[in-house]
This record gives sequence, structure tokens and C-alpha cells, in this order.
Amino acid sequence: MMRKKTSSASSVDRIWNVFFCGTGGQGVLTAAEICAVAAMNAGYHVKKSEVHGMAQRGGSVESHVRFGPRIFSPLIQPGTADFIVCFHEGEGNRQATYLRNGGTTFVPFLKDPAFMPQDRHFLNTAFLGVLSALAPIPGESWLAALSQQLKRSLAENQAAFAQGRKAGFAYAGRTGGR
Amino acid sequence: MENKRISSVQELLSGDEAVARGAWEAGLRVACAYPGTPSTEILETLAGFKDVDAQWSVNEKVAFEVALGSAIAGGRSLYASKHVGLNVAMDPLMTASYTGVNAGFVAVVCDDPGLASSQNEQDTRWVGPYAKLPLLEPASPAEAYLFIKEAFAISERFDTPVLFRMTTRVAHSKENVAVGARQDIALRPFEVNIPKYVMVPRNAYQKHSVIEKRLLALAAFSENTPLNKIEKGSAKLGFITSGIPYQYLKETYPDASFLKLGFTYPYCDKKIARFAHLVRELVVVEELDPIIQEHVRSLGIKARAKHPTFGIGELLPEHMEQIYKGAKKKELPSSARKPVLCPGCPHRFVFSVLKRNKAIVAGDIGCYTLAATPPLSTLHTCLCMGSSITIHEGFRRIMPNGKIVGVLGDSTFVHSGITGLINAVYNRMKGLIIILDNSTTAMTGGQNNPATGRTIRNEPTKQLSIEAVCTACGADNVDVVDPKNLSQLDALVKQRLAADALSVIIARRPCKLVDRNRLPMPDYDRVKCKTCGLCFNLDCPALVKTEDGHVDINAALCAGCYLCVDTCPADALKRPA
Ligand SMILES: Cc1ncc(C[n+]2csc(CCOP(=O)(O)OP(=O)(O)O)c2C)c(N)n1
Repeated sequence: MMRKKTSSASSVDRIWNVFFCGTGGQGVLTAAEICAVAAMNAGYHVKKSEVHGMAQRGGSVESHVRFGPRIFSPLIQPGTADFIVCFHEGEGNRQATYLRNGGTTFVPFLKDPAFMPQDRHFLNTAFLGVLSALAPIPGESWLAALSQQLKRSLAENQAAFAQGRKAGFAYAGRTGGR
Repeated sequence: MENKRISSVQELLSGDEAVARGAWEAGLRVACAYPGTPSTEILETLAGFKDVDAQWSVNEKVAFEVALGSAIAGGRSLYASKHVGLNVAMDPLMTASYTGVNAGFVAVVCDDPGLASSQNEQDTRWVGPYAKLPLLEPASPAEAYLFIKEAFAISERFDTPVLFRMTTRVAHSKENVAVGARQDIALRPFEVNIPKYVMVPRNAYQKHSVIEKRLLALAAFSENTPLNKIEKGSAKLGFITSGIPYQYLKETYPDASFLKLGFTYPYCDKKIARFAHLVRELVVVEELDPIIQEHVRSLGIKARAKHPTFGIGELLPEHMEQIYKGAKKKELPSSARKPVLCPGCPHRFVFSVLKRNKAIVAGDIGCYTLAATPPLSTLHTCLCMGSSITIHEGFRRIMPNGKIVGVLGDSTFVHSGITGLINAVYNRMKGLIIILDNSTTAMTGGQNNPATGRTIRNEPTKQLSIEAVCTACGADNVDVVDPKNLSQLDALVKQRLAADALSVIIARRPCKLVDRNRLPMPDYDRVKCKTCGLCFNLDCPALVKTEDGHVDINAALCAGCYLCVDTCPADALKRPA
């Protein structure tokens, strides 16, 4: 696993907004939880929000993760998300208004084989790998979060995460990093 | 540059989990609840603590009474429910205010502004003044953890049940919480005290003046407790707020002054007046009803408040500027994907039969309420838990020969359906009730109930026999069928609808979230398909309509239930060879 360079002061100082979305059964909530735990492992104040209840019934699912020195609102405001991590193109497009200027949406990654895991079941961890290359959370915080949160198929999830992380670094290299 | 990261050991907890954790640390002994979004995880978390006696109760009234009984007997106890659950527990609640407690007793109630998963949007804060009980309102999981400990102390100090009100956004958002160890709190001795615990008119009359005095003492407490805190900022603008809007305002107006109410009722009138003097412009921002707003104005204090349109639905961070300006809320049409019954859901079989028979369905609350959404559209009333059997009766009293069917789930039947069935029998009503027994409480995530024969900790217990209960209640016919046997179910429904009898059909097949077995998807013959669309009326997410009206089966979703096969009149959908 590649080691990320240490975060600059400014990236630790500001609030980071990660918007997760998809449909029921795609692992949206699991991904958001892992991201939130990773941020907590990294020492940030974290707030995370989601709506349960109908998630299992195929409806839209979204979860907001915010981390930084001190967070008030558990919800991201439209136009302020640094990342839209979507597992469903339609949902990703529907939520595009949340993205800030210069933010990164994962919609194009859904159509790019370099980002897609062989087994679509692990799409959520693969995309967390991509995110890990772009967001200021150290790799070891992510790995700890993965093993804390995933009870089943940990090895497969770790592999998908590693592949996504590689693709994420390649992407960051092409686009000039975060 | 100083490192602003948090360094102590923390846990990422939801508001629900934080309440459970804090209550456990506060020496909680007994916890009772009936599930209900967004409060369910409180008891699920408490069940993980071995030294808490946790239970799923049959309904909220039962939960409230058991927990109160434990508090009177001397152990700290907790009740939890969603907002509408408290309606079911209102009878014991109103008089528990009179008896008071012995050891601490806290009723945690989660409101659902925005109706993420509820049948109404009521504001539980009214219950504080109505029941003359103190009401606490945390604005985050970390606060929930701290406030619940305080709630137990207040309960014991003032000999009162305490209302602890959260909302979906607090209950279901997560935050790092620095947790601690369990306190060793001794049981309090129970002493016989008939004037205190036996609420007959004479004793209750005496108690009424006691609780009026208690309210005065609580109001004095409200003035001094740090739960109601003034944060001095700019003298230009001040907000009085409680709960989650505090967080949104802090982000939108970081320089403003704040009076944040965490001990909302009884109000801290002096603090409110003091705060009003500190700032030139005063604005009250609260979610749902204008409760604080009306109180502040009743004190003769001038304060601006949200436009009434913002009293409907959940407040969002992006609303704060519009609220400040006094603007009307702009309703944006929701483009969210609607939830549907899962592929392979046993409920869908029953509704396909009821649709075919053009029945009027008095529905109830559970996953099956989703049968009301088009194109299925086969559930015609939904009011509150248990109301299917009674609304069915009301309909039949006006339309005695109508094809009226009452439909409810197993958990709902046990919660409050049984009384309606007894009422129907007693009052010589005929008709048809269908109990959808999927062996779980699916809507709220799959909790055990008396009919599953398992406790909250999944330990075996005596299993309630729904059929024996129905027979004992006096139903004329009680049949147990597998809904997957569509022709049998259809014939039975026709027969029972024609009979001059009160019949119960128990449609028994486990929920697809319990029985995850799948069969291969059906074969589809494009040529035979007449594109009649009957299969699409089943509203199965696995059946996708192509542009020319043909069927595209989503293999990832299909559970292989073959209801579409049994529905297809053209033999285009077939069981796989
Ligand atoms: C008074 C009240 N308590 C709790 C709830 C939350 N709630 C809605 S449906 C439901 C359970 C439904 O279970 P069941 O009847 O077995 O139907 P299923 O969802 O399994 O189909 C619960 C607990 C509520 N709406 N009202």
C-alpha cells in the first residue's frame, strides 16, 4: 500500500464534506460509516448523517460525512461537497447540486473500467479506495476502519480498496492532486 | 499551527447509541420499548449491555408501565419510542406525572420532522406543558450522551419522569463521543406509600398541587442549569433555538449570540428576558411547531420567527438564511426513488390477490403499507397501528356487503390488533381480516416480537400462537395459508368474502430479509408476451419495462418468487426449466 504524504495544515484545518449516494442494497451506508470511522481514527471531529427506515426497500439512500476541527451541522449544504461518492449514476446526477466548484464527482468513475472492481459487490469499498487517495485521511486510518467495520469478506474488500486506491492515485496524478 | 484534531479515545455513536451508552453508564437497570424509527436502535444498543434488563415490549403503553414500575421499585429505568408511540403510552404517562418516581425514569421520544418513516409529524415538545413534565432536548449525539445522565439526576432530584426529546437528525446522525465507565448506582429501597402511588381521586387531588409546586421548582432549575446556555457573540443578532437548528445556525451565523435551550420546559423566563436585552435583533428558530416562539412572545418579548411554512417538514442548514429573512419556504419536488416492497416479498402475493378481487383494503402500518403506492394501489386506509381491524369494522357498519378486508402484520396484530378483533367478535361483526405473518417486525429492521418466539437478545421464549389467539378471540374461521400458493389463497379469499362469518386468514411466509434464499429467475418469452402490463402492476423492482412494453428481468434483484409467472396470462413468463 502506498503511503500518503502528510496532510498540509490547511487541509487539516478546514471542513471536508463527502456526500455518499446510491440505492438500497448498494452499501452506501456501510461506505459512509467506514469513511466516518477512518476520519475519526485520523483524529478529526466527525459528523455523519443518513436516513434509515426504507433503505432496504430499494429507495434512494444518501449519507453525509463531514470532518474537520469542529463540526456543527451533520448535513452538507448544496454546493459544498468536496466529493460525491455515488454507486448509481442516476443518483449521482440527481445529487450533483451538492458538489462545490472544483469538487470531485464519482459519476465518471462508474463508466471507467480502471475504477470498477471485478465483482460489483465490492464497488463501495473500491470507491472508498479511490476516495482514500483524494481525501486527507492517512492510509492506516482507512485500513483500521475497514477491519473494524467489515465482518464478512474482509480480504476481498481490502483487495477492492487497494485497487481503488491505486486508481485514485493515478487519477490524482493526472489531475494535479487534490 | 496548533493541531486541532481530537486526541482522546472516542467512539463514533449515533444519537440513539449515545443515549443507550450514557444511560448504561448512569446505572440503568431496566429498559423497555416497542420498535419505531428513529428510536429503535436505543433498545438494540442497550440489549448489548449484559447488566441492563432490556425488552421489546408488546406495545408502548406496556413498555412505559413496565419501565415505570421498575423505577418505582427502585432501579433506574428507561422507556423509548418514536413520537406516535408516545400517543399509545399517553394514559400511563399523564398519571405517572402524578405518582412521580423513586429511582430515575426517563422517557426518550424521537420525533420525525420530514417524515422519513412515519405517519405524521407531531411535535412531542407540547407534551412537556401538557403532562407537566420537564423536557430535555439534545442537539447532537455527544449532547445526548451527556444529557441522558443529567436526565436521570433530574428525575430523582425532582421525583418526576423526564421527557427526553430527540429528532431523526439527532437520533440517526453520528459523532465522536468520549465515553466512560458504568457508575455503580445502588437500588433505592421501595417503601409502601399509598398516597403517592395509588392514584384515586383523593390522593391525586393532593398530588396535583405537589406537581404544580414541582413545576415551579423545575422552572427555577431551568434558569440555572447549563443545559440552557447563553453564548455571547455579536450584540446585533441573537437566536433562541433548540435541537438541531442550533447546529445549522452556528454554521450560517457563527458570529451571532445564542440562547440554546437544552432544558426546554419549564422555560427559563428570566434567562430569555436577559438574553433578549443583550441583542438588538432577536430571532427564534425551532423545528416543527412554534412552541418556544409563542412562549417568548407571551412574555411580551419581541422576537422574529420562521414563516409558518417552515413549520412543515424538516429544517435544513440551507433554510437558515431564508428563515432569518422571514421568507416563505420553497417546496422543491422530491425526485427521490420511491421505496417498494422487496423482490420476493410474501406480502406482494396477498395484495395481488386482493387487487384481483377488487377488495377495499383497510390497511395498517408496516412494510405492507407500501402496497398503497401505484401501480399496486391496493391499500386504501392507513391511520395508526392496529387500526386495520377497527377501520374494517367501521366500513362494514356502513357497507355491510362491501368487499372490505382488514390487513395487518404479525407485530402490529400483537401490538394493538387483538383488541379490535375482540371488539369485532363481541359486537357481532362479520368480515375478513388477513394477518401477514412474515415472522418479524420488518419495517423497523427486523425485530423479534411475541409471535417469533424470540426475545430482544434472540433467546428462545414462549412463542405466541396467532391462530390460537384468533380462535380464542372468537373468530369463526381461522386459516393458515402460504401466500405463495396463489390459487389456494385466491379461492379462500373469495369464499371468506362471500361467507356470513368473521374470518381470519393468516398468510404465513418469512420476510425476504430473514429468508434470503433465492431461486433462479423466470424464463421470458418475448414472442409470447402480449405486453399487457399485468406483471408490472405487481410493482416488483426486478421487472423493468422496456420502451416497447416488454419485460427485462433484473437478474441481480430477482428473488425467484415467480409471482409474475403466476400472473402472466400469456405464458410468456415461465418457471425456469
Ligand atoms: C404506535 C407506533 N409504534 C411504532 C411504529 C413504528 N412501526 C411502523 S410499522 C412497525 C412494525 C410493523 O411490523 P409488522 O406489522 O409485523 O409488519 P412488517 O413490517 O413486518 O410487514 C412499526 C414498529 C408506529 N408507526 N406506530
